[in-house]
Amino acid sequence: MDFVQILSNTLAQILAPTTLGFVLAAIGLSVHFGFAGLLNMGVAGFMAIGAYGFAISILSFGVSWPLAVLIGLVAAVLFALVMGIPTLRLRGDYLAIVTIAAAEVVRLLFLTSAFRNQTGSADGLSGFQAGFRASNPLPPGKWGFGPWTYQSDQWWVIIVGTITIAIALVVVWMLMRSPWGRVIRGIREDEDAVRSLGKNVYAFKMQALIVGGVIIAAGGIITAMGTNVNPNVYVTSQTFYVWTALLLGGAATIFGPVLGAILFWMVRAFLSSLLPALVKIGWLPFLSAEQSQMLVFVLVGVALMLLVIFRPQGLLGSKKELTFVR
Amino acid sequence: MAITRESRADRTTSRPIAAVIAGLFAVALLFGLAAPAAADTGGDTGDPADYPYAIAGNVRAAGDPIVGAVITVTGEGFTGETTSAENGSWRVPVPAKEGVWHIELVQASLPAEVAVPDGFSFTQEVEFGATNTVTRNFTLGAAERQTVSFWDQFLSRAVNGLNFGLMLALAAIGVSLVYGTTGLSNFAHGEMVTFGALAALLFTSSLTMSIWIAIPLAVVASALLGLGMDAGIWRPLRRKGIGTVPLMIVSIGLSLALRYGYQMFIGGRTQQLPGGATGAIPGLGPIRLTMTDVISMAVSIVVIVIFAWWLMRTRIGRATRAVSDNPSLAAASGIDVDAVVRVVWIVSAALAGLSGVLWAYFRPGIKWDMGTSVLLLIFAAVVLGGLGTAFGALVGSIIVGLLVEVSTLWIPSDLKYVGALVVLIVILLFRPQGILGRRERVG
Repeated sequence: MDFVQILSNTLAQILAPTTLGFVLAAIGLSVHFGFAGLLNMGVAGFMAIGAYGFAISILSFGVSWPLAVLIGLVAAVLFALVMGIPTLRLRGDYLAIVTIAAAEVVRLLFLTSAFRNQTGSADGLSGFQAGFRASNPLPPGKWGFGPWTYQSDQWWVIIVGTITIAIALVVVWMLMRSPWGRVIRGIREDEDAVRSLGKNVYAFKMQALIVGGVIIAAGGIITAMGTNVNPNVYVTSQTFYVWTALLLGGAATIFGPVLGAILFWMVRAFLSSLLPALVKIGWLPFLSAEQSQMLVFVLVGVALMLLVIFRPQGLLGSKKELTFVR
Repeated sequence: MAITRESRADRTTSRPIAAVIAGLFAVALLFGLAAPAAADTGGDTGDPADYPYAIAGNVRAAGDPIVGAVITVTGEGFTGETTSAENGSWRVPVPAKEGVWHIELVQASLPAEVAVPDGFSFTQEVEFGATNTVTRNFTLGAAERQTVSFWDQFLSRAVNGLNFGLMLALAAIGVSLVYGTTGLSNFAHGEMVTFGALAALLFTSSLTMSIWIAIPLAVVASALLGLGMDAGIWRPLRRKGIGTVPLMIVSIGLSLALRYGYQMFIGGRTQQLPGGATGAIPGLGPIRLTMTDVISMAVSIVVIVIFAWWLMRTRIGRATRAVSDNPSLAAASGIDVDAVVRVVWIVSAALAGLSGVLWAYFRPGIKWDMGTSVLLLIFAAVVLGGLGTAFGALVGSIIVGLLVEVSTLWIPSDLKYVGALVVLIVILLFRPQGILGRRERVG
């Protein structure tokens, strides 16, 4: 068993573009669920909207990449409006069911062969990163340190992604210590109390849904900058993984989603390398290598259940600021 | 990486399903053309197959493969002919790569409702480049000309949709009951549906039982699963005083764990229950029903009627409705709420298991994520009918089932679930409490 390789795979996840996109998605979800108490089960839909908005603007309309990023984010705002208008006046679980349905609608629309020329159907989209890569000021070649050795283009994604994460964190931090953030948290704790203070709860919820949705879409865009876009990534399970990451780190905290998302991917990579290796040396005699990959996801599900039951505030959260109120 | 694995499993196994779905809803169903052609193997031209060069391609209409289209290839004094295979692909081996080759798609061999787009050419000319195979595709438009009358198609799909809706109702009633009595939106219900099908598969294939014994046993096994889940997970959590939102997320975790657990055992492939491939019953005009469909519908209706009687007439059914209405009041009037909830879990798991068996025949096939793929439709049905009302779930399911099948008259069949989900979002705008729900529930 090659422990160095397993460790290297695990550590490499910290900076992988997928992880960076995932961190952003978790930050956005922390605004939705952690701070505003909105049960957004359509995280994958927001990510898909961002990624496809970015890729399709470049491929079909030939716009420059910064404009494409903007289009992806605006598309997420529209998506948030479409989901928010029917559901934000209703009880929380309606939002959960509508968002999960809307995300699936989005995925099916990107998957159908009816729009093959725009969306690439099941093959997804590729070859839209040229403009972004041309803007790369870094020297070409492959460089780095230890497990974090990447091509120059990958480094560019990592730098842009890290800067975006930093901006998102500062924005969320400032928002949450502002009066707006206090209202949002008040809505999470007791909607009626906030309403009796004369606040328009519906509008505040909608704003929170949009802010978080834009951050999640930014995560989708960062992921798209690093890899191709494929509809099979944006399945419902993806949403649940973001939830697991968020609850692991701590939903109502600023750094919880970052820690949770990085830990989630590290543990997942660690188990995905370790379990097949254990199978190979005969320590898991009842499993094949393929089955051990499934076991990773079973463990993710079990971890999600245990987290919610035994440590709902996550690693960084405080028991005082309970996230599950209703 | 695991995601690509998942997607690959999805794509490889969805081909035959897609073919069967196409057979149900599109070309094949209405014209009975595909069945003989599907048995045909593409590429068999009667010519020596060991020619070193080949011209190959695909015939597709609106993204769906066309089966049995005839393609002829001529050039250099050679003529070859083939028919497109089940996935729409064709291949003609040719003896030489010099010169210009003419490919013709024989228009008469196409299914009647395929539309020919503007500028589409039935003949193409190719020359070989550096490689030994050249590819030329024929891409046709969607069905626009309708040779079968609209109402015939409508009727045929409506019957199919009714069947699907009844099957959906079995699952949706369970979701609604559990929601009504415990407030839990159970995301693991899809896995309970899969469980029933898997149990039936286990009893028939591994224990070689007759399907008529296996199905009741699968329902019993599902009921035991429900009892076990309530005793092992949900009751302790209720005792712990965990709110409904965390419970919902626990059910999501359970759904993930169970789903991938199933995949660990049966892998990514699709398996069939015995007795699924019965022929169509003749004499029904445009409606194509197999014996399996009829039995499936009859079973659904009988079970739903028994359930309705149970809910309305028996003591425990009345208690269930009371708990659903107001748990504290029910407890105060001497109803054992925990016992009612236990019964509700058993009943809803049993119904879900039965629904899974029927769904396995309807799709057809058993796959590890089959339950998840209908979970959203179940939710759509429940919300449409009114969260927490058992008969609302029945009405909602039938509407969703009809909608899913009938909407394929206008939209591509790979978008058929979209219609139901969009209706779910729209209904919340106008009548959030659902068709049979009461206003106070949504607040």
